[in-house]
Amino acid sequence: MCLFQSVMNYFPEEVLEHVFDFLTSHRDRNAVSLVCKSWYSVERFSREKVFIGNCYAVDPERLIARFPRVRSLTLKGKPHFADFNLVPHDWGGYVYPWIEAMAKNGINLEELRLKRMVVSDESLELLAKSFPNFKSLVLVSCDGFSTDGLAAIASNCRFLRELDLQENEVDDRKGQWLSCFPDTCTSLVSLNFACLKGEASVAALERLVARCRNLRSLRLNHAVPLDTLQKILVQAPQLNDLGTGTFVHDPDSDAYCKLKNAIKKCKSIRSLSGFLDVNTRCLPAVYPICTNLTSLNLSYAPGIYSSELIKLICHCKKLERLWILDTIGDKGLDVVASTCKELQELRVFPSDLYGVGNAAVTEEGLVAVSAGCPKLNSLLYFCQQMTNAALITVAKNCPNFIRFRLCTLDPTIPDAVTNQPLDEGFGAIVQSCKGLKRLSVSGLLTDQVFLYIGMYAEQLEMLSIAFAGDSDKGMLYVLNGCKKLKKLEIRDSPFGNVALLADVGKYETMRSLWMSSCEVTFGACKTLAEKMPRLNVEIINEGEQIEASPDDRHRVEKMYLYRTLVGPRRDAPDFVWTL
Amino acid sequence: MVDTMLNYEEGRCNKLGFEETELRLGLPGAGEKSNANYGKRGYEETVDLKLNLSTKDVGNLDQSDLKEKTLSKEKNLLPCPNDSVKPPAKAQVVGWPPVRSFRKNVMAVQKVSDSEETEKGSGGAAAFVKVSMDGAPYLRKVDLKMYKSYQELSDALGKMFSSFTIGKCDSQGMMDFMNESKLMDLLNGSDYVPTYEDKDGDWMLVGDVPWEMFVESCKRLRIMKGTEAKGLAPRAMEKCKSRS
Repeated sequence: MCLFQSVMNYFPEEVLEHVFDFLTSHRDRNAVSLVCKSWYSVERFSREKVFIGNCYAVDPERLIARFPRVRSLTLKGKPHFADFNLVPHDWGGYVYPWIEAMAKNGINLEELRLKRMVVSDESLELLAKSFPNFKSLVLVSCDGFSTDGLAAIASNCRFLRELDLQENEVDDRKGQWLSCFPDTCTSLVSLNFACLKGEASVAALERLVARCRNLRSLRLNHAVPLDTLQKILVQAPQLNDLGTGTFVHDPDSDAYCKLKNAIKKCKSIRSLSGFLDVNTRCLPAVYPICTNLTSLNLSYAPGIYSSELIKLICHCKKLERLWILDTIGDKGLDVVASTCKELQELRVFPSDLYGVGNAAVTEEGLVAVSAGCPKLNSLLYFCQQMTNAALITVAKNCPNFIRFRLCTLDPTIPDAVTNQPLDEGFGAIVQSCKGLKRLSVSGLLTDQVFLYIGMYAEQLEMLSIAFAGDSDKGMLYVLNGCKKLKKLEIRDSPFGNVALLADVGKYETMRSLWMSSCEVTFGACKTLAEKMPRLNVEIINEGEQIEASPDDRHRVEKMYLYRTLVGPRRDAPDFVWTL
Repeated sequence: MVDTMLNYEEGRCNKLGFEETELRLGLPGAGEKSNANYGKRGYEETVDLKLNLSTKDVGNLDQSDLKEKTLSKEKNLLPCPNDSVKPPAKAQVVGWPPVRSFRKNVMAVQKVSDSEETEKGSGGAAAFVKVSMDGAPYLRKVDLKMYKSYQELSDALGKMFSSFTIGKCDSQGMMDFMNESKLMDLLNGSDYVPTYEDKDGDWMLVGDVPWEMFVESCKRLRIMKGTEAKGLAPRAMEKCKSRS
């Protein structure tokens, strides 16, 4: 035993615990728990926040056994490509067993954060009734529940502070779930129901806001009219974060005038979103709060044209985060570049999802922003075209990218000027951005880009590939080179068995691998599953391919593999085979 | 003669059979950049359609045709409400562009309600008006319902008749004609000035009234040389002043 260890062992556990209290990141805590048995023990009893990146990597029993004092649980379910309809609806990711197990074992759950999970009304009801101190529910990109489940939460969670629903598919039963918050509920700090499609009880909402004096974040759905917004703002001028519902009214009306005055008094608003329906002539009402905004999300407001967007953005000099539609155009991005010097995160979403598009942005807009916004470190950019030269310039201007996700609307489009693959451009990005953790590539790409990624992207944790590469070499470069890789997702690329089987041990160092419409065969997947018992290798068969024993040489349409401590899952549907 | 359903998107003009018309006013025909190398086998296999359909038949290609040609794999072909106007030159690939279904659904609803609104607001049918420009050898027609602001109309007309400008529009899409000196500059310049004939038969300067009102009342457009439009301006000013 080294000196340090023996010294540390003289500290009573309470001291260790106190020291560990300062460790909030789960990675730090994971590291600490590996030091020695006593540290493992102290750490596990003191951990209150648990993060589980793949709900099938462990099970509820293990969670409870190891962390009996857990108060906050974060769970992620379906693979990322489920967001884009590549995963069948009932693939899995059910939260019910987790809630049930925690309820049975007397866990004092206070916070539950779920992403891409199936949440039933039953689970919400069980949640609401089982944990008296429950405070915070955050659901992102989930489905399976209705407003009835929300009503259960509202009725029963006496100390509810946060109900945050982001981009979920919710069955709106036109109930009065908002009225279910009892009059005694005054604890709400954050309420976000922007994703609900149905009517909201406006009167109940107004009363709720009036009695929750600590409300800081409120995001309304599109059914909440402008005059209700005005009344709410009068009651809650202390808001930090506002998501408007509809923003449509006659700008010559009294109601609009009152709204303008109400907004002026909301001096604490730092984050603005919504405008789900907008009359652009009403937009000037928000100009007074723009000067202090750090976050602006107009990505659900296609009704705001470029010129209006520009006008608005000109007021937003302190913006750190901007989510916007490509209707802003390259010119608009120029304005962003010259106005928003504090910008760290930019997301430009496509406005025209079905045609080939108007507007859209090109490489010019991106270059402008990279030149004007030196603090830029996170990007999601859907664009009409791209060039290597532009990417090289961006790489030079912004070496601090942590997240770089580029998506050309045509997935295999070459450099718009030279017609070459975009290998060199992305190569420049990975070479320059030494802290890059997440990367999505698109456009015409050969194996070369993966050579660069393997060579330079040392901190890369997540990589998304679509319609790229020429051969197994591409995937091999990545698997061999990116030591910190955690999630790899590939679609429609010519990577096959050689790449898949070259280093089977690698997958235990990763959270998951997704491959769809690639060249991988059943035989190879079976081989992999045999060699690596601590991986679940799932084959997803949809419709056409339900054969009793498919030929080993048959290509696999969709494969998802992940490391796990608990073997094949018992809730897999018929069309999912765990090999 | 050119089909009335004109599509003003950049780079698309050249696909609509303009080559067949000999008289052309130098339309901005950006070369078809996205005739990309579709050598990537994954993409080729998934998408049966290439941009071969871009040349002649686009204007006539309807959505059902498109559906027949795509592979059964593509389960997620979403209907495009504006398809009769925009040529669907690219087939839809499942999950591309990678946008959450939630967002797709929201945008689809908004697109539909936008087009519903424009229909509701102006009686449903298209609003085609003749557009003449002084000095041009022939007239054109535009569907005013396709645009939502003066700026959009100006852009489209600008592409139709190259050396044409409507001037800068402010946020309400109405021109700053309360500023007389600006007006004078515009009219004295060699710039062209757009005018229109309204329901009463009067020739008005474009830009005075809110866009929707303009669409309702415009019977035809005439792009006059600035110097000729001077006579209209004082009357436009009067009308504006009396309204405010």
